[in-house]
Amino acid sequence: MRPVRIVLRSALPFLVALPLLFALQGVISPGWAIVLISAGINVILAVSLNVVNGFTGQFSIGHAGFAAVGAYTAAKITTAMHGLQIVGLSAGVSDQVVFLLALLAGMVTAALAGVLVGMPSLRLRGDYLAIVTLGFNEIIRVIIENTPFLGQATGISGLPRLTTVVWVGMGAVATISMARRLVGSTHGRALLAIREDEVAAEAMGVDTTGYKVRAFVIASAFAGLAGGLLVHLIQLCTPRSFTFVKSIEVVVMVVLGGMGSVTGSVVAALVLSFALEGLREVQQYRMVVYSLLLIVLMLTRPSGIFGTREIWDIVKLPGGRRKAAGAETSP
Amino acid sequence: MTEFLQHLVNGLSVGTIYALIALGYTMVYGVLKLINFAHGDVYMVGAFSGFYLANAMGVGGSPSLAKALVVFVGSMIICGILGVLIERFAYRPLRHRARLTSLITAIGVSFLLEYGFQLPSIPGLGIPFPPGPTPRFFPEPFTRVAWEPFGVYVSNYDVISFFTAVGLMLLLQYIVYRTRFGTSMRAVSFDSQVAGLMGINVNRVIAGTFALGSALAAAAALLFAGSRPKVDPLMGLTLGIKAFVAAVFGGIGNVPGAMVGGLALGLAEEYVSGYALSSYRDGIAFAFLIIVLLVRPAGLFGSFRPEKV
Repeated sequence: MRPVRIVLRSALPFLVALPLLFALQGVISPGWAIVLISAGINVILAVSLNVVNGFTGQFSIGHAGFAAVGAYTAAKITTAMHGLQIVGLSAGVSDQVVFLLALLAGMVTAALAGVLVGMPSLRLRGDYLAIVTLGFNEIIRVIIENTPFLGQATGISGLPRLTTVVWVGMGAVATISMARRLVGSTHGRALLAIREDEVAAEAMGVDTTGYKVRAFVIASAFAGLAGGLLVHLIQLCTPRSFTFVKSIEVVVMVVLGGMGSVTGSVVAALVLSFALEGLREVQQYRMVVYSLLLIVLMLTRPSGIFGTREIWDIVKLPGGRRKAAGAETSP
Repeated sequence: MTEFLQHLVNGLSVGTIYALIALGYTMVYGVLKLINFAHGDVYMVGAFSGFYLANAMGVGGSPSLAKALVVFVGSMIICGILGVLIERFAYRPLRHRARLTSLITAIGVSFLLEYGFQLPSIPGLGIPFPPGPTPRFFPEPFTRVAWEPFGVYVSNYDVISFFTAVGLMLLLQYIVYRTRFGTSMRAVSFDSQVAGLMGINVNRVIAGTFALGSALAAAAALLFAGSRPKVDPLMGLTLGIKAFVAAVFGGIGNVPGAMVGGLALGLAEEYVSGYALSSYRDGIAFAFLIIVLLVRPAGLFGSFRPEKV
């Protein structure tokens, strides 16, 4: 019975979310779909960054760099294979399969980039890690801008519009259940130990660098997924979508929600995405509001709105944990 | 050979600027153990205060040495005050919190300055403030004179900026190692708690350090803006980070290290982009940083202190 239960536990969020997402996609207007999709992408970015910044307590501010790696990989694959019919499948289905493969490839390359950056730099602590990840973000940008294969500063245009509410929803569900399952696992406990006291954790025999690298790689992979989804929404893949500013936006979401709270990240990502949608007319004030928010938040609530607690630790929903988890997975 | 010398001149001219900004990072890191992310933006504010002062005094129409000096010193004072204010309101309340908290606040301050300066100007203020996102031209404080010894282009700006920067660095060296304030600064840097017990006013020393570092950033901004006459709200971003790289290279918290780091980075950038990869210029600093951190995590002159439980 046990393996069945394990499989069910992993698959259940997807099985529940899939029909809901299809229903949602059926009723939603195209304008709202775009808003929802970008909110969903932010959820993926924030929750995955939370694995590094929140669970592990390492301060990475180059998340957009990994998203860029995934985005360019996915964009290259879909542009090369778009319209190519896989034997035995109709054109529409074939495109979806290609998109899935492209997203997975994007996750793999972003994970590889995560290994490449993480292995050496995670020996460093705190501030230095922040700077190295920021530096990596900039190096990625400079490389892209100098590579004709990646379209330099103009980027890759004319991508097929493949990202839908269902795709993003499934991505968000995958990210959230990854984070939830991770934090409850042995690995997760090790990560929390590192966050609480790195020296003590090391003294207790936790392979700190090893665990930090693993967390970093997982987070990078999901950032790559978000990148792939993003460029197939805006149908354009440029280095401008993945600057330092984008990384900071994600950091703000994580910090606002509470470092170490998955639901906090989800709520913050959704609230900020919708708030930004509302602020579209006053775009130039957006970053000013962002930065003020960051400062005031740090001065008043240094650990974010939810701290390390999940939303159901604060708001006691009738029915308890399980219901709350269900509510969280349908963005 | 000529090309080599030309790169040397350019590298030194940029390197001294990096070094001046790196000194601010290094001093703040020395006393607070905080990467002052907003330092690059203080540099930007320095450039703009120089811009406004110069316009107010009509430097563009009739440049003179006295006016240039007033602009120079005025901007240093403005930035010194700005540095103290940032420390007082954004960093001091968080001093005994986790370091990450202060780092995030520093990023917040940095973005506030960058994007605050990009807002449309307030109407009815008389001067275009905030300046908005379009780059503005810095009025030339001197008439440009250029020499070409051995075919190497050297302007009076390069010479003035080099000697001013070196002079300021010597002055700083004097302050840190020969004055009472410098002694307190080093004491706070070594152990702020014990320094406090010994009767040093730690808050005042930290505020003073911020003032000093920010004034140096303003000086760097004016030396830079004088020769490359374009100022915009985002100018501090890349330059600030490069200067930080320079500070880390020299061993952060180490005053001579920051100078060597700044010069080394300036020269490295100039030679690498001049001879091999010109379009990779902005990436060089980070590649440099990553290599340094991998080989010598504590920097060239830094010593590595193991962390205690």
